[in-house]
Amino acid sequence: MSAGAYNFAYLDEQTKRMIRRAILKAIAIPGYQVPFASREMPMPYGWGTGGVQVTAAIIGPDDVLKVIDQGSDDTTNAVSIRGFFVKTSGVATTTRTDAATVIQTRHRIPETPLAAGQILVYQVPIPEPLRFLEPRETETRTMHALEEYGLMHVKLYEDIARHGHIATTYAYPVKVAGRYVMDPSPTPKFDNPKMHRSPALQLFGAGREKRIYAIPPHTDVVSLDFEDHPFSVQEFDAPCALCGAEGVFLDEVIVDDAGGRMFVCSDSDHCEERRAAGHEGTLAGAPAWSGAAAAAATEDAS
Amino acid sequence: MALAAGFADPVFQSQATFRAVAAAMAEPGHAVALAAGLVPPAGLLATTAAVLLTLVDFETTVWLDDRLARTPEVADWLRFHTGCRITRDTDAADFAVIAEAGEMPPFSHFPQGTAEYPDRSATLVVEVEAMTAAAGQLLTGPGIEGAARFAAIPLPDGFWHAWQENHAAFPLGIDLVFCSPDAVAGLPRSTRPIREG
Amino acid sequence: MYVAVKGGETAIRNAHDLLADRRRGDRAVPDLTLAQIVEQLALSVDRVMTEGSLYDRELAALAIKQARGDLIEAIFLVRAYRTTLPRFGAGEPVDTGAMRIERRISATFKDLPGGQLLGPTFDYTHRLIDFALAAEGETAPPAERQPAGEETPRVTDLLAAEGLVETSLAAAPEAEPGDLTRAPLEFPADRDLRLQNLARGDEGFLLALGYSTQRGYARSHPFAGEIRFGEVEVEFFAEDLGFAVPLGRIAVTECQMINQFKGSAKVPPQFTRGYGLVFGQSERKAIAMALVDRALRWQELGEELTAPAQDEEFVLSHSDNVQATGFVEHLKLPHYVDFQSELELVRRMRREQAAARVEEPGEDAREAAE
Repeated sequence: MSAGAYNFAYLDEQTKRMIRRAILKAIAIPGYQVPFASREMPMPYGWGTGGVQVTAAIIGPDDVLKVIDQGSDDTTNAVSIRGFFVKTSGVATTTRTDAATVIQTRHRIPETPLAAGQILVYQVPIPEPLRFLEPRETETRTMHALEEYGLMHVKLYEDIARHGHIATTYAYPVKVAGRYVMDPSPTPKFDNPKMHRSPALQLFGAGREKRIYAIPPHTDVVSLDFEDHPFSVQEFDAPCALCGAEGVFLDEVIVDDAGGRMFVCSDSDHCEERRAAGHEGTLAGAPAWSGAAAAAATEDAS
Repeated sequence: MALAAGFADPVFQSQATFRAVAAAMAEPGHAVALAAGLVPPAGLLATTAAVLLTLVDFETTVWLDDRLARTPEVADWLRFHTGCRITRDTDAADFAVIAEAGEMPPFSHFPQGTAEYPDRSATLVVEVEAMTAAAGQLLTGPGIEGAARFAAIPLPDGFWHAWQENHAAFPLGIDLVFCSPDAVAGLPRSTRPIREG
Repeated sequence: MYVAVKGGETAIRNAHDLLADRRRGDRAVPDLTLAQIVEQLALSVDRVMTEGSLYDRELAALAIKQARGDLIEAIFLVRAYRTTLPRFGAGEPVDTGAMRIERRISATFKDLPGGQLLGPTFDYTHRLIDFALAAEGETAPPAERQPAGEETPRVTDLLAAEGLVETSLAAAPEAEPGDLTRAPLEFPADRDLRLQNLARGDEGFLLALGYSTQRGYARSHPFAGEIRFGEVEVEFFAEDLGFAVPLGRIAVTECQMINQFKGSAKVPPQFTRGYGLVFGQSERKAIAMALVDRALRWQELGEELTAPAQDEEFVLSHSDNVQATGFVEHLKLPHYVDFQSELELVRRMRREQAAARVEEPGEDAREAAE
């Protein structure tokens, strides 16, 4: 069967309506996980089927789509999902954060601040923030209903007692609009502050777990913490080795078998734009994988 | 008698309508322009008709207010184009269509959702003549940067008091979509009316 | 410049070309036809139809071919296709009592109306590799007997006539059965949805769970009251005609498990049931399904929750192999960002621990002394 046999953006109209109704309820109840009749998609569960269904339900011919995985447009799964939408909807795509109207992401929020009118669609593996404390859906549903989040605070406090600080580094739980505790998907906690009062609409799709949730623009998103142990984000010792950016999330790249490594922007578009604008890191222009680069990288990272 | 047509291009018209409604719900009280692009059945605004074609199908139950219920063309048109169930029972409504805003039943008559499933609540689609952000009730909440004004004409007396009660039950409550002849505006349950001195 | 993540598009295309090549294998070997798969790998086809929850032998065969014989991959292909099909409604319940029987056995009665009919089965074969199959040569046609035309009532109906087994719960006959592909599963789930989930569930997962009930994890004293395999008529009630229209015949395997039950304050001692129904000839799956169905009914029958097979959330949330394989295999996807976060944390914690050691050099010694 050819792609031509499928509807625009793959999903049939009835499925889109069902998802659209769920999205509207999700927007109306920020942070609450709306159950939806997730469909089997032509890619595996756990590989972005929730995000793909949300994007397919909202996207139109005037949209410009950006797809990232781990912050990068070029990772294989991002390429695959972008290709899926190009094939099934023919929409324009971009790698530029500021040129996109819809951005589907796995594990990162772009470094370039989002603007009003943009929609950020997250792929979510486990939407329930309480799932690792309580595996039963019947229990966690009641906990949300009663706004009973003591267990989460106990868990975070146990971290502090044991390690001196909270040991959750990604999928760090947040409270949305003062009511629901929400899983931000496995983004690094570094990205949590970007969710707070963002002018963009943030939609979350969990296909296998059949949940959709949302954060409307300008909504309070507060990372859980304690007065004596306030929330803080990761800090990197050195700027990006390619573009010199500071205050961004960096990927560690191992460049040789002697422990040599370099740190580069996780957000590849942000990095490229900075370099195009003339910003340089210590390794800008260095040939990939050369011994010199590796040596320099080792020094830089220390 | 011939039924009014639906969308000429259902895929793209419903997508555009959905995005307008989603933008309206995401930014409460902000009127989002909507060119419905269809000829509605007598008694219904084109914008309302577009919103219903976009969101309603055989999995949903629609309640029509008295005025619309007296116009059989509306129910016939809805059934034909969407396959939805039509009800006279406010308790059963997933969507309620209200052509006479001044006569709308209390919000509490519609499904409010449950503590476990607050999403199982009604969405009211309310027709108004005009909407403005230049004056009116001061609103705040998710989707609103600081505070924003919103007025719709006509609204019944005590509307904002009733809305405050609806909001106070958050996360339970109904959500509301206003349709004027050329725009939609959203009022989700998360929106709080600010009482001014 | 560092460009390791570039070129994804070309890499993906090349990988898929290579997959197509490997799927075809040695071009000197004739290409598999769908008819060959349908006819000669019929039990694979049955499993793919059952867990794919779509009765279409050709399509299942194509999926098996496309998946290089990986049945879970084939099930996934069928599911992804199924979900795009338009839906007209639910069929009428199939009448397995009126089955055109190919195999029918009861482990509870030596003889019974309709008789025991072994049919095509691996049972009582000696599991010796048959090297003759590797050689060319035709299989002789089997002995055939004209059907006696005798009625073959279900064993459970015979027992029910005496009140010895619980009656089949014909819930509200006009109620539409639930469909977990159209509405997300909620807990607690009714039996219709549980059975749908089990019918689509992974054969291996249900087999292990069913097995666990036999080994004492929620033991239910099961007897295979009856296992029957054959063709049943599928009918659809057409609203505009006002009567049920036959759509065709499908092959199914049904297992009626009969379980001991001591009775409760309200119910006299009688046998209870576990039920399994699958497409094609999939007896292992049907039996395992019936065992798990019975285990999941603990609450309704006033039993205690003691074992995994009884735990509805555990069983129903993990039975679907398309969901399971997707999430398990998604670990192949890049996780650089979360891993980087954890790497940073572990390094920090190691630094902190090392610093603490330096500050209190005597502590280890003291601890050792204590």
